[in-house]
Amino acid sequence: MIKTRGLSKVYGNKKVVDDISITLPKNKLIAFVGSNGAGKSTLLSLIGRTLDRSSGDCYIDEKEVKDWNSRELAKRLSILSQTNHLNIRLTVHELVQFGRFPYSQGRLTKEDEKKVSEAISYMGMDALKDRYLDELSGGQRQMAYIAMLLAQDTEYVFLDEPLNNLDMKHSVQIMKILTKMVKELGKTVMVVIHDINFVSCYADYIIAMKDGEIVANGPSDEVMKPQMLEKVFGMEIKVEQFGGNNICLYYT
Amino acid sequence: MKKRNVFIIILIIASIISVMLGAQDFSLKKALVIGSADNQLLIYSRIPRLLAVLVTGAGLSISGKIMQTMTGNRFVSPTTAGTMEWCKFGILLSILFFGGQSMMMKMMFAFIIALLGSLLFVQLLQRIPLKSPVMVPLIGLMLGNVVSSLTAYVAFQYDLVQNISSWLQGNFSLVVKGRYELLYLGIPFVILAYLYAKKFTIAGMGESFAKNLGLNYKFITIVGFVIVAFLASIITVSVGSIAFLGLIIPNIISIYFGDDLKHTLFDTALLGGIFLLFCDILSRIIVYPYEVSVSVIVSVLGGAIFLFLLFQKNKEGGTV
Repeated sequence: MIKTRGLSKVYGNKKVVDDISITLPKNKLIAFVGSNGAGKSTLLSLIGRTLDRSSGDCYIDEKEVKDWNSRELAKRLSILSQTNHLNIRLTVHELVQFGRFPYSQGRLTKEDEKKVSEAISYMGMDALKDRYLDELSGGQRQMAYIAMLLAQDTEYVFLDEPLNNLDMKHSVQIMKILTKMVKELGKTVMVVIHDINFVSCYADYIIAMKDGEIVANGPSDEVMKPQMLEKVFGMEIKVEQFGGNNICLYYT
Repeated sequence: MKKRNVFIIILIIASIISVMLGAQDFSLKKALVIGSADNQLLIYSRIPRLLAVLVTGAGLSISGKIMQTMTGNRFVSPTTAGTMEWCKFGILLSILFFGGQSMMMKMMFAFIIALLGSLLFVQLLQRIPLKSPVMVPLIGLMLGNVVSSLTAYVAFQYDLVQNISSWLQGNFSLVVKGRYELLYLGIPFVILAYLYAKKFTIAGMGESFAKNLGLNYKFITIVGFVIVAFLASIITVSVGSIAFLGLIIPNIISIYFGDDLKHTLFDTALLGGIFLLFCDILSRIIVYPYEVSVSVIVSVLGGAIFLFLLFQKNKEGGTV
């Protein structure tokens, strides 16, 4: 279980994440929503220990993040940041192998190799296995990174805007795989997503942020309401039922 | 794996040519008789030269490859990051304080100064928000030039200009038995590089990527720069600096073998050795029986090959 108490991040005198205490439910697809600069990515990075916090506590499975051995924690929690690492020439297979690093420190066992090829198959990337990342499309590359997280096989998976710059097909593909990871593999997946309708259609639980604070959190159906959304995004958003999903209309 | 075998065969042929070549008449058959003049020539001059060339080529290429992998920048190398300039400055300091006698002392100074210089370079890169990857080598070259000017100024003040200028251009014609063995100190560092290869690649994917996999990013970066600074300093002290080798070879390797250091380190060393040996042979034939500076050949030939590869790759549609 993931729990934070008074978690804050301050840059200069601007509080980007302000005193957040929250307990995240297990085995759910959790979406972080909010406007640009609301502190979603920062909160995700703080919990995912890729960013140092200014104050507060953060517990992963009842143990403070700082007390975790970093290699052990890498087997429990994985995080994919937004940044694209385009400068390095690696094949999909080589990238996915990195996911096994916390287990084997680079000397892959048969078990590791099995997990790697399973992860690649799970993402449906067998045909692209030996292609270099810089020769793939943005969507395929993102799938390769997710395959690496799959190989890392952690209970908690954090993704910072995995749908950024992707076409509709890849976006849907990725959301479906994340749902499968929760349902089939029993993982807890946390994502920052900007497209509110993807959140509405796929997320089980929503955490909505504004100015570094959490303004709403709860099961999808409870948060996907016009008055809630207006509070979060500061604009009028209509919510319509369509094919069993809440769809937000905010374009005009 | 096939390419690697080709490399090894080329290396063997080039090595034999290198040993045969020189102003002095030489026959391999006679050289095998212990005590003969040809045998002496082989042991005291030809073989040391061959080994020095191979170790230098391999060492500089490995240094370049590590730097490029860790910084995620194709244009970084011991020359473009100013590492070689820091080495020269270190050598000057050692001559100033302790006289020019001990190679070991020069090497230690060059190593420490080069390491500090590299760390300063990394700090600069982290502080300055860079808009384009080309900025990185520009900063490195600028920093290198500042250090180089400082070296020239101090050398001028203390009448050491002649002394220091011998380290400006790499030169294998002075390599004889007893003057190149320092290069062997690089071997443990190359092994260390091999052990850390996977970690360097991961560090090259960025700090948060490395942290995600449970790695200590800062520590790995320092290990990387220690290896680079050490290899650069022993090479600068024993043969002088050779520009652009550490830039060209890693890029060629990257195009054909990718960037997973664990898989490419050996090929990088091999190709670096072959390339420098080829340039060295060429530098000895062009105005036979005299020699051209090997640095000149490296720059001209390497530049041409590099451009060719860039265009070739563009045709195929991949990015470099």
